[in-house]
Amino acid sequence: MIDVYDPVYIVTILAFVFALIRMSSPATARSGIILAGAAMFIATVATFFYPGLGNLLLIVSGAAIGGLVGWYAAKKVAMTDMPQMVAIYNGMGGGAAGAIAAVELLQGVAGAYASLSVVGAVIGSTSFSGSLIAFLKLQGWMRSKPIVFPGQQPVNISVLVLAGIAGVLLVVHPAYPLLLPFFVLALGFGFLLTLPIGGADMPVVISLFNALTGVAVAMDGFAITNYAMVIAGTLVGAAGSMLTVLMARAMNRSIGNVLFGAFGATEETGTTMQGSMKPIEADDVAVMMAYASKVIITPGYGMAVAQAQHKVKELMDVLESKGVQVKFGIHPVAGRMPGHMNVLLAEAGVPYDHLFDRDEINPEFASADVVLVIGANDVVNPAARRAGSPLQGMPILDVDQAKNVIVLKRGQGKGFAGVENDLFYKDNTRMLYGDAQETVAKLVQALKKVQ
Amino acid sequence: MTDLYSALFIVILAAFLGYEVISRIPVLLHTPLMSGSNFIHGIVLVGAMVALGTATTDLERIIGFIAVVMGAMNVTGGYVVTERILEMFDRSKAKQGGSK
Repeated sequence: MIDVYDPVYIVTILAFVFALIRMSSPATARSGIILAGAAMFIATVATFFYPGLGNLLLIVSGAAIGGLVGWYAAKKVAMTDMPQMVAIYNGMGGGAAGAIAAVELLQGVAGAYASLSVVGAVIGSTSFSGSLIAFLKLQGWMRSKPIVFPGQQPVNISVLVLAGIAGVLLVVHPAYPLLLPFFVLALGFGFLLTLPIGGADMPVVISLFNALTGVAVAMDGFAITNYAMVIAGTLVGAAGSMLTVLMARAMNRSIGNVLFGAFGATEETGTTMQGSMKPIEADDVAVMMAYASKVIITPGYGMAVAQAQHKVKELMDVLESKGVQVKFGIHPVAGRMPGHMNVLLAEAGVPYDHLFDRDEINPEFASADVVLVIGANDVVNPAARRAGSPLQGMPILDVDQAKNVIVLKRGQGKGFAGVENDLFYKDNTRMLYGDAQETVAKLVQALKKVQ
Repeated sequence: MTDLYSALFIVILAAFLGYEVISRIPVLLHTPLMSGSNFIHGIVLVGAMVALGTATTDLERIIGFIAVVMGAMNVTGGYVVTERILEMFDRSKAKQGGSK
């Protein structure tokens, strides 16, 4: 048998690296993913030439079933539901890594290869069950508030330690009956780990599980001596870890705090606000914006929930036709996955040179006539500058420095962090209550009437 | 064992490469990057195929089959999601070119 697959794997890895490099610029990003897709296809075909590969019918039908389901679901889902799709497909990768390790252990691998399989199994299973919980929370099939119970941390740690002990026993003395409790414990750990993590922390969690799946794949690659898996898994592990750190840093919190802090489980009490919330009508906002020279829009998760991105694009068009400069200020952790707002606005057709990162937009708020906050809360809360607030130290969008701030919001509730928003009580802030999509539509109508 | 050591060298280099490549990616592309790397770890499908292909007992076949199904979902789902997201960026650029 000629060794076909190893040379092909080398080409595949090269293509993956070039694909990632191409993905570092918006102009070439799409060609990057197409290149990676072609490489993946070739690698899969080459694997059929693996010496002594049996069960071919099973392989083909399994790949066909999984492939078709994955393809169909990903094609059908709405852009606003992308975070949970990323979570679920990531979980599938983790699950596959766990299952591969299970087969290896069943086949009686020994020594270092068994240890690697065990590590791959624990990480892969954790990523699988954790991503599943993240998916359920994002999909709204499970409440997205942190789920906490007394003794949570000790329980979680015990489960992980027990999984570790079972893993060590499996390496030292391979015994198949031990496999079942081992996997139950590993899966249980991912499940328990994700329960106390709330919706707004999902950007960190999704990228963390992405990194974990990468590491699990690399471990499996070690265990079955498949270098394509080792390198691709490590690339993803490194990239995912870095993104995770970036996301956590954007909230000025450590990854440990995100995972174990059960942030948002309790509401801040006892702070009394100065001033009052002052409501405003859409017509008045329209006039205010029509005569502005610069308007900055800062969207948050509320825009995604209301699917208001298309109306927001219309609003931008109307304002620009009146000679108003429109910019978007986007906080790195706005929404439920890294870059969530950018994707939605791009879907609506907002040119990406209108989208600005926190550091780029912050100096501009002072010169803005109107800032329109759409469904964002914690990321614009000046309480972050106040000592003692749970948000203290989180870098925010400095929207309160604008001449007028309009907060578009469904009701008077608090943000995810459970902290009162100082911004709502400021003298230059007006509250525009209503569903984001309907209200922005009203704004557009009113603006069209303003001469 | 030599295999393991050479793989370890590869891991170290790949980790640095991953870090270097990613550190240049703008915030705008964080979603496609995450979803793209999500697709890339779909290479796990290759391992799943080998696991199922070398399975000899029914239990191994069942677990291997699950691995292949999940791996294939990771690959196709990850690809389509990334492609769709990047298509959005392409389209918004095209519209901008048209209107200005």
